[in-house]
Amino acid sequence: MAETTYLEAIRQALDEEMAADTSVVLLGEDIGVYGGAFGATQGLLARYGWERVVDTPISETGIVGAAIGMSYTGLRPVAEMQFMDFIACCFEQLTNFAAKSHYRWGAPVPIVVRGPSGGGVHAGPFHSANPEMYFVHTPGLKVVCPATAYDAKGLLKSAIRDNNPVLFFEHKFLYRRIKEDLPAGDYSVPLGKAVVRREGRDLTIVSYAAMLHASLEAAGQLAGEGIEAEVVDLRTLLPLDRETILESVRKTNKLLVVHEDTRTGGIAGEIAAIVCAEAFDDLDGPIVRVTAPDAPVPSSPPLEESFLPNAAGIAHAARRMAHA
Amino acid sequence: MEQTPTREQQLELYYFMRLNRALEERLERLVRQNQVVGGLYSSRGQEAISVGSAYALEPGDWIAPMVRNIGALLVRGFKPRDIFTQNMGRANSPTRGRDNASHFGDLGARHVVSPVSMLGDLIPVMTGVAMGARLLGQQRVAMTWIGDGGSSTGAFHEGLNFAAVQRAPLVLVIENNQWAYSTPVERQTRLRDLADRARAYGVTGSVVDGNDVLAVYRAAKQAADRARAGHGPVLIEAKTMRMRGHAQHDPAEYVPKKMLEYWKARDPIARYEHALAARGVMTARAKSAMDARIERELTDDVAFAEASPMPSSAEADAVASGVYCDGCHEIAPDWQRPKDELLPPKSMVEARWTVRDFGAIEERAPKHSAPKAAAAKRPAQKRTPRRAAAKSAKVRRARA
Repeated sequence: MAETTYLEAIRQALDEEMAADTSVVLLGEDIGVYGGAFGATQGLLARYGWERVVDTPISETGIVGAAIGMSYTGLRPVAEMQFMDFIACCFEQLTNFAAKSHYRWGAPVPIVVRGPSGGGVHAGPFHSANPEMYFVHTPGLKVVCPATAYDAKGLLKSAIRDNNPVLFFEHKFLYRRIKEDLPAGDYSVPLGKAVVRREGRDLTIVSYAAMLHASLEAAGQLAGEGIEAEVVDLRTLLPLDRETILESVRKTNKLLVVHEDTRTGGIAGEIAAIVCAEAFDDLDGPIVRVTAPDAPVPSSPPLEESFLPNAAGIAHAARRMAHA
Repeated sequence: MEQTPTREQQLELYYFMRLNRALEERLERLVRQNQVVGGLYSSRGQEAISVGSAYALEPGDWIAPMVRNIGALLVRGFKPRDIFTQNMGRANSPTRGRDNASHFGDLGARHVVSPVSMLGDLIPVMTGVAMGARLLGQQRVAMTWIGDGGSSTGAFHEGLNFAAVQRAPLVLVIENNQWAYSTPVERQTRLRDLADRARAYGVTGSVVDGNDVLAVYRAAKQAADRARAGHGPVLIEAKTMRMRGHAQHDPAEYVPKKMLEYWKARDPIARYEHALAARGVMTARAKSAMDARIERELTDDVAFAEASPMPSSAEADAVASGVYCDGCHEIAPDWQRPKDELLPPKSMVEARWTVRDFGAIEERAPKHSAPKAAAAKRPAQKRTPRRAAAKSAKVRRARA
């Protein structure tokens, strides 16, 4: 069986959910006739028609507002942001309208807002951001960041079936670079559950999305030096799977958090606070972060390479921790 | 289609307007007694708009009121006690103390979407409601309201444009009450008529006297019929006046006294009373019986609200519960059409655009250099109304 890319896994999840449930509808810019800027909705208009695959004006507020309204009638809209950087344009609809709806007046908003985020493709300050933490700070939303093709498909299915507004941050660097054999037939991956991707005893590396792969690469290098790193993939940032993180730290006694998002206000700070409060006595040293610096994502390749965390930097930090 | 309400309906319109005003007078008293949590945003002088437009809808239609649309909530079946408990932060209020003012709704029976404080947001949301209902095969209209100030927001423009492009069955009522907090409408827009915004989006727009409930009703009914028939959204501007401050705390000294006097002489309820009496629809006795009924209902419901508990300590401890729907709501759309229409093979289409024309000016209208007589003789192009063609030619002449 042919291996499936991360991008194709997303397309399959949309296709299969649309086939299984007529309540699932798609909204977005250039998603219909064109099939999406990256092709995530390729072929879906031809299969499901104009009513369920809606090409929209350039209007993120319109798209997400309409998705919320459709969800009030019982539908399950999936809205595409052409690039997740543009989610800033509908921040209001997500944070004030969708996120507070169930809490205020008991009206669930079963929508998914999905699209490509992240750097590594030299796309510059407006097509490379990792805007997930703006929304992790918003109770009422769920935030998902898949790292593998299997998870991209399984988590997207769970997101569509969830009764809450779910923001689904795909990583564009992974779209066509990773692939794997996917099981035939329907499966899903639950939201809010992290997973240990590699077992180890010397330190824990917690990461997600593209940086998971850099972390695994670093762990491979470290193993050659006799350092056994355990690598945890968060998969969902909100709700955060505290138990899996704590369990791993209790075992390894050292914690390194890696994310491509910028440093201040990144998920590493929250994880550090949780671990300090819940497992302080288990720690053998300070919690360390490897992240992007507090700057916009630059465009030119040498600048972007310097900006993004990489396996060498992760391994370097881990080595210092292991030998401390 | 019947645009004039029956005698009974005319009396019911009066009942809702009168109830709206008397209810807000009670709320003003409760504010003075320090019983109201949060602001009170009076709709005094604007009752004809909330009531007349909401009353023009069918029972299954959707509304999303704004903070000054208590009248619309009453028309949709909310009771004064719902509004009193909500404004007083009581445990048994529609939002159980989690939000205030008119920030509540009912997805189930009443089809009311709760507003938020961010103006304009409801327009794209109600566009989605209208699109969703249409997809489900329901013949339903979505209606929402916005103020003169709110029509300056980005959400207003994105929402109306989106609705227009999707030909969504949406009725949008602009309540032009002349003031956005302390800012007069001239400082919101250079337009004299906010209904002109409709033209920018290629939708139907009209201006109506917002202090004439029957005129509002007729305009709304016509708009709803049009939207329901699949002709796309309609914008109605209702001209009125905010007769109180922005909220209860605001004495609105920035409003010219003469302006208030002018509009007071055009009070929508007094005008309607006169009209009903002159046409013999409502006798003096019927009116006083109606007023007495309203007073009784309000007295009962204020007493009910005052006797209602504030949220308990257990509820206060559980303040972070209910942020998410963890299966507490079952989501089951009401399909009114066969689902197989939306699945292959029936749903399959050729994924290809058909364009109206190639987009050049000369495809649409006579050239501006053409002699006037010749231009007039030329038949209007297909899909282009004669008037629009003439107008665009005129615009180009002016530019040239």
